[in-house]
Amino acid sequence: MKLFIPNMLANADAGFWFPPQGSTVAEHSDSVYFFILYVCTFFFVLIVSLMVLFMVKYRHRPGVEAEKTSTHNLTLELSWSVIPTLLTIVMFWVGFTGYIDMRTPPSDSYDINVIAKKWSWAFQYPNGWIESELHIPKGENVTLTMASDDVIHSLWVPAFRTKMDVVPGRYTQEWFKATRAGEYPLMCAEYCGQKHSNMISKVVVHETRGDFDKWLQQASDIHKNKSPVEAGEYFYKSRGCIQCHSLDGTPKNGPTFKGLFGSERKFADGSTGVADKNYIRQSILEPQSQVVAGFRPIMPTFKGQLTDQDITAIIAFIEAQK
Amino acid sequence: MATVVDSSDPKSNFPIQYRELNYLNCSSGWKSWFFTLDHKRIGIMYLIGVTCSFFLGGLFAVLLRTELLSPDRVLMGPDSYNQMFTLHGAIMTFLVIIPGVPAAIGNIILPVMLGAKDVAFPRMNLGSFYLWMFGAAFFLAAIVLGGLDTGWTFYTPYSVTTSTAVITALLGVFILGFSSIFTGLNFIVTIHTMRPPGMTWFKMPLFLWALYATALIQILATPVLGITGLLLIVERAFHIGIFDPALGGDPVLFQHFFWFYSHPAVYVMILPAMGVVSEVIAVHSRKHIFGYRFIAYSSIAIAMFGFLVWGHHMFVSGQSRVVAVIFSAITFSVSIPSAIKVFNWLTTMYKGSIRFTTAMCYGLAFIFIFSIGGLTGLFLATLATDVHLHDTYFVVAHFHYVMMGSSLVGLFAAVHHWWPKISGKMFSEFWGRIACLGVFLGFNLTFFPQFLLGTRGMPRRYYTYLEEFQGLHIMSTCGAYLLGLSSALMAGVLIYSVYRGKKAPANPWGGASLEWQCSSPPPHNNFDHPPLAGDPYIMESVVYNEEIGGYVPVECQGDNKQSVTASGDKEA
Repeated sequence: MKLFIPNMLANADAGFWFPPQGSTVAEHSDSVYFFILYVCTFFFVLIVSLMVLFMVKYRHRPGVEAEKTSTHNLTLELSWSVIPTLLTIVMFWVGFTGYIDMRTPPSDSYDINVIAKKWSWAFQYPNGWIESELHIPKGENVTLTMASDDVIHSLWVPAFRTKMDVVPGRYTQEWFKATRAGEYPLMCAEYCGQKHSNMISKVVVHETRGDFDKWLQQASDIHKNKSPVEAGEYFYKSRGCIQCHSLDGTPKNGPTFKGLFGSERKFADGSTGVADKNYIRQSILEPQSQVVAGFRPIMPTFKGQLTDQDITAIIAFIEAQK
Repeated sequence: MATVVDSSDPKSNFPIQYRELNYLNCSSGWKSWFFTLDHKRIGIMYLIGVTCSFFLGGLFAVLLRTELLSPDRVLMGPDSYNQMFTLHGAIMTFLVIIPGVPAAIGNIILPVMLGAKDVAFPRMNLGSFYLWMFGAAFFLAAIVLGGLDTGWTFYTPYSVTTSTAVITALLGVFILGFSSIFTGLNFIVTIHTMRPPGMTWFKMPLFLWALYATALIQILATPVLGITGLLLIVERAFHIGIFDPALGGDPVLFQHFFWFYSHPAVYVMILPAMGVVSEVIAVHSRKHIFGYRFIAYSSIAIAMFGFLVWGHHMFVSGQSRVVAVIFSAITFSVSIPSAIKVFNWLTTMYKGSIRFTTAMCYGLAFIFIFSIGGLTGLFLATLATDVHLHDTYFVVAHFHYVMMGSSLVGLFAAVHHWWPKISGKMFSEFWGRIACLGVFLGFNLTFFPQFLLGTRGMPRRYYTYLEEFQGLHIMSTCGAYLLGLSSALMAGVLIYSVYRGKKAPANPWGGASLEWQCSSPPPHNNFDHPPLAGDPYIMESVVYNEEIGGYVPVECQGDNKQSVTASGDKEA
């Protein structure tokens, strides 16, 4: 029965405590963790065994009173103040050195821009291509420069042991060097509202730089190797539209795309209009200008993030949702 | 000559008017409660309020855990889930743990322990209770007016943009802050001015030291919370641009303000519980507390260091690396006085005569749970590991071990330790210990798996999760059910004792501090004249008297020495 057994090894490489180590800083982070764990386990076992020993040995027995013992002992008290102090200094030091490595992006790194918004990630590669999954080559320093469109998010890849908040109004950075190819979960760790827990994506680590470059070239060639409807579907999924716009007729945070094209729209200000190509284009670029009645004005703008060719593809995709 | 302890003893020389009347029955009618200036009655009203809030917050917790049985929808959608975890956190923090030990237990016990008639400002005391009620009402209003979904931390800019009842809840926090400040102020003045003859600072029971340190934090830190709350209200209402980056504000500034209060507030929650445990371990081991001065100083040290470490909540917030390093270094300084206390409690038990009363069981559970809670704090103070663990279930587990496991178990210990004094009745030790065992097992089953969830990659505040985490979530939820049932059992045992319990003697456990010298429950004015205070931990100054079923001072025992060592305990 699966239910009551904690799934110890969800991933074949995972240990009892951690998912597999996927980056260069993970090894250090884990070794610091285990150092503290051993120190803590020692003290915890010491405390609890003394407690249990005293509980058994000095439990109340009829006719036996407590023995009067010294009420203080300076040597003893100083030693249990000084020894933990020294240990915490060591802990601080090992944590400090690892942290400085984690927070100092190397100068020779591959730069990817990140935009976090409710509730999706957009990773922008040096050639301008934007994707909702993070693809990186193995063995190369990668620096993420991150910005948020709305509230605070936090980019976390458990396998890499790094995390950094994405704060609106400023850029934050995070870097790593992946040590093994594969796919790892990437998630938002700072509470950001209704679909916080759906803001999960993945990191795909390619075996070589060549594999990665090949992937990037193919992916960014989307208008060449896909039909407009296929390309539109791709943007629908990769750029976060899917979070709020359904294809099956159910309204989510935004209206469904099913049967949307060419239909009559009623807006929050009372006016009406037909959902034609220009309407859709404007809704993507200036979402607050025509909010459909019954929905909150929460859609972010995609101005500067989608080309006209991209928007044309999206329109073709919406048009196809009969 | 100290006064004779038990008013029910017909041979006692206790003034006759105090033999029958106590603070519970000296007057009646709702006015005698709602307008009372008696610190004990005010404390009882706090205790009732805190208990109701605890079960409301606990109900939310059980619903949340039920939802997390599966990554799919079980009971509610994400919106309700987000509101529920916010209210669970906010209610438990602001309405249960912060006022729990200081305002409820402290109010009842502090003046009696000081041998005083009342606190220094009884009217202010009643006022702070009504402020608390008023603040709590705003929280209930927030639940009705569209909920609150910001998390109890109210992080901007989310809290500025959400459509839920943020302003109502913040007004509640603001008002509760005043209640907390008034209580702290009252305690400080009471301790400074109303100690009885013979009670020097270093003859003060350690619970009072803990309350004193707590009160210092309350009056110094709470105003910052109040102002932060007001700034956030202004920001939401008028969009000034203090915290909103779109208007030139800084969202990280809010975090600095917020944690400047909320980190010291953690010590408002834990210090009084540590004070309780110092009393409970000493009394129920029948031993003088070990290293009195170190424990007293460590309370003050924790209160002081607690102000210097707030930035450790923000290691991944985008604050500068230098700041993070400094805060990490200072954070470790808090762990040392905490460690000192644990070792002192253990040494106090050495060569004692340990009685496993319910209060002592909670005290021992506290040491176990607090050790885990305190030690896991080291992983979060260390920069390299905190980056991975921040905002995960590891943090959730850590602060529940400290706040729920330690602060609340400390409150449970306090309630059981002083219940005979408060209610005048003895509760069933058997059922009390069963409930304690349930709380202990349920608690660990709930929160220990969460450490694993956190290290393995489960972020906090998630409505749904990756399937690989389901096993651990189910374990945790089962623990929560056990914890909930055991807490209800505990409340049932205590309430039952009020109606059916045996009458309590003045000093059922053999404590040497002053509160055990007046009858149980105490008379309206506690003492007719300030008692003479000595060392509060000389347990040899009281001996067991079988006739009374409790302890009496040695000098009143006379020639009846044969019953001195007899035991009234039934446990094996």
